[in-house]
Amino acid sequence: MRTNSLIKMERHHIIDLDDFSQEEIALIFATTDAMKEILSREIRRVPTLRGKTIVTLFYEPSTRTRVSFELAAKNLGADVVNVTSSTASVAKGESIIDTMRTLEALGADVIVIRHFQSGVPCLMAQHLQISVINAGDGCHAHPSQALLDLYTIREKLGHIEGLKVVIVGDILHSRVARSNIWGLSAMGAQVVLCGPPTLIPQELRRPQPLKGGECPFPPLTIQENLDRALEEADVVMVLRLQKERQEGGLLPSLREYIQLYQLNSARLSRAHLHALVMHPGPMNEGIEITPEVAHGPQSVVEDQVTNGVAVRMALLYMVTGGKG
Amino acid sequence: MNLLIKGGHILDPSQGLDAIGDLYIVEGKITWVEPLKEKRPLGKFAVIPASGLLVCPGFVDLHCHLRQPGYEDKETIASGTRAAAKGGFTTLCCMPNTKPPVDSQAVVEYVQRTAHTEGVVRVYPIGCISKGLKGEELAEMGELAAAGVMAYSDDGQPVTSSRLMRHALEYSLAFGRPIIDHCEDKALSADGAMNEGWVATRLGLKGIPAAAEEAIVARDIALAELTGACLHIAHVSTAGSVDLLRRAKDKGLAVTAEVTPHHLTLTEERVMGFSTQTAHHTASALWYDTNAKVNPPLRSEKDRQALLEALKDDTIDAIATDHAPHTIVDKLCEFDAAAFGISGLETALGCLLSLVHSGQLDLKLLISKLTWEPVRILEIKKASLFPTSPLPWGLGTLQMGAPGDVTIFDPSKEWVVNPNTFASKGKNTPWAGCQLKGQVMATVVAGNLAYRDDSLRLEGQSA
Repeated sequence: MRTNSLIKMERHHIIDLDDFSQEEIALIFATTDAMKEILSREIRRVPTLRGKTIVTLFYEPSTRTRVSFELAAKNLGADVVNVTSSTASVAKGESIIDTMRTLEALGADVIVIRHFQSGVPCLMAQHLQISVINAGDGCHAHPSQALLDLYTIREKLGHIEGLKVVIVGDILHSRVARSNIWGLSAMGAQVVLCGPPTLIPQELRRPQPLKGGECPFPPLTIQENLDRALEEADVVMVLRLQKERQEGGLLPSLREYIQLYQLNSARLSRAHLHALVMHPGPMNEGIEITPEVAHGPQSVVEDQVTNGVAVRMALLYMVTGGKG
Repeated sequence: MNLLIKGGHILDPSQGLDAIGDLYIVEGKITWVEPLKEKRPLGKFAVIPASGLLVCPGFVDLHCHLRQPGYEDKETIASGTRAAAKGGFTTLCCMPNTKPPVDSQAVVEYVQRTAHTEGVVRVYPIGCISKGLKGEELAEMGELAAAGVMAYSDDGQPVTSSRLMRHALEYSLAFGRPIIDHCEDKALSADGAMNEGWVATRLGLKGIPAAAEEAIVARDIALAELTGACLHIAHVSTAGSVDLLRRAKDKGLAVTAEVTPHHLTLTEERVMGFSTQTAHHTASALWYDTNAKVNPPLRSEKDRQALLEALKDDTIDAIATDHAPHTIVDKLCEFDAAAFGISGLETALGCLLSLVHSGQLDLKLLISKLTWEPVRILEIKKASLFPTSPLPWGLGTLQMGAPGDVTIFDPSKEWVVNPNTFASKGKNTPWAGCQLKGQVMATVVAGNLAYRDDSLRLEGQSA
């Protein structure tokens, strides 16, 4: 008989965290611990995935996520092929379905996909036999980012359960926030969303229970006032503010956004002394976060990047059939 | 060929007919119906054995897209009318958003001529409101009326300018034909791909709020009141629109409305691949299902219930399919990039009957909304420059002398929807693989069989 954890370990695709259990995330943490140990060695490379081919297919510019996946794959001995939208045949009018089928036929074992439209990794998973890892799709999900955030919190604070985690900024367009909401809630954290009402989805601000009283989202607190949101906070996740939001009529000005929602030292002092400052990057220093805070003693932004490689090694290991 | 439809359950809401009996069609016209007292006709008849089947007036669809001219890869008049016949529809009103659009006599005549030579059911084109569907200048509505359009609509490209809409309504008064509006505030719906609600939030898709429809329904009703013109609201999808319509009707305004089979039977959750309200599940093969992408979008259960109530209390007058066929390429892609629309003619009856089987809708009411009620909307108002309607008298009814348009269906025959067997070129259906209960067995247009199910055998009889 197979144990529950083994079944979960055989997850073929990683699309979002909305169906991950606490046990499964704990298992990823344990695997990530092992990967971190490999990264601490003098020769940080093992042959676990030798002979496997990982394709990163990026339809949106990205440095840290793509390089992170590439290093993760290479550390495990896999061959890596990078495809970006400028080199992809999408520029020649090929449909995304044909592109993905071609990559499968060419012998890829895992496709790591980043796309500006929500749902594309799901579409790939529906049409491909090989594994699909979502490296961020539209406003939908960014599971590897949320997992590295969770891992970093656990590493620094020892646990996640019971922590107050404040996510500040453009929740509406943030796949990082969405995946973190699922992951943090699964791990028992208290999630507070903070931002101007135009940047928080209606359904999260005014949740409507479904028939039967069930709620489609985990319990969340909405606090438009950043000073109040930060009180007693254990973790502050700052989101990137796209400058185009002002043109879209969602914000009056960047100046006002800075006044109301920038994380600066004075505001941060309202949180716990041990509070972590996190940012998925790339940062707009001087807009959503001041340089002092971004690089201050409470910032774990660089740890997030380092842990990202280990988490992605764990995910690649899992989807290629690793047994932990 | 003269036809005898024998022993069926005849249901004709236009004259309150609900009885077992025979129906004779001689020289393309309804000649005798069992409960009537006139003399049974004599002669040679092809007999359709209809015992256990329902026999009703041919269905009339106020709103469909036949795509020809211009988009023949999605649908042609030949394939679309065959899909209609298979779905029990004997009359189609087709929307003008073709290429070129139906904004001139030449295109109206092209559609009419093609329908006459290649179609198997009646086709009546709807003309544009504005030239080229651009929303800038009025189309030549007088010429279009003379050529035979039933109504005017810029469906798919709703008229943005309130001033142009006012003038369209006013100008239409001269021709007695309604203005049909697809109500959508494009600035508000923007790049939305589905209903704004929890499913869109969860899937990270941009939403189309109910207010985008309601704001324009409210505007159009105010303009209908201002001008006294006939306004028909296409594919109503929200509870708020229903409230606005109810108030307009209470005021006695000349406002009518239609609803589609999919808005009556599905909700936004279908975009996540399920219809029952459960929040926790794993990604299935139907997540981001582009076959459930339609405009207006599938809404919430609260909206669906309001539409059903509105249909029952006559706030909504008719059911129209908004049959919108697309190619596989249009749908097999990213959700945001996929075309809006459902190929609906062949599944309309089956999915609407699910409401009857589950006790949510009365069968007589359903048939009325598919036959008699849509025809009433199209009745040409008397004070018109063109008082004669291009519609023949007697559509949507089985009255003596009416055209012999009859739909015969088995309300309890179960079938599994297989898009590959569709007569329509559009295989885009959210019901693929679903079991529906109720299937068309034969469709008769002007006394000729436009469609016959393989299991139905005709017999000969002389009387």
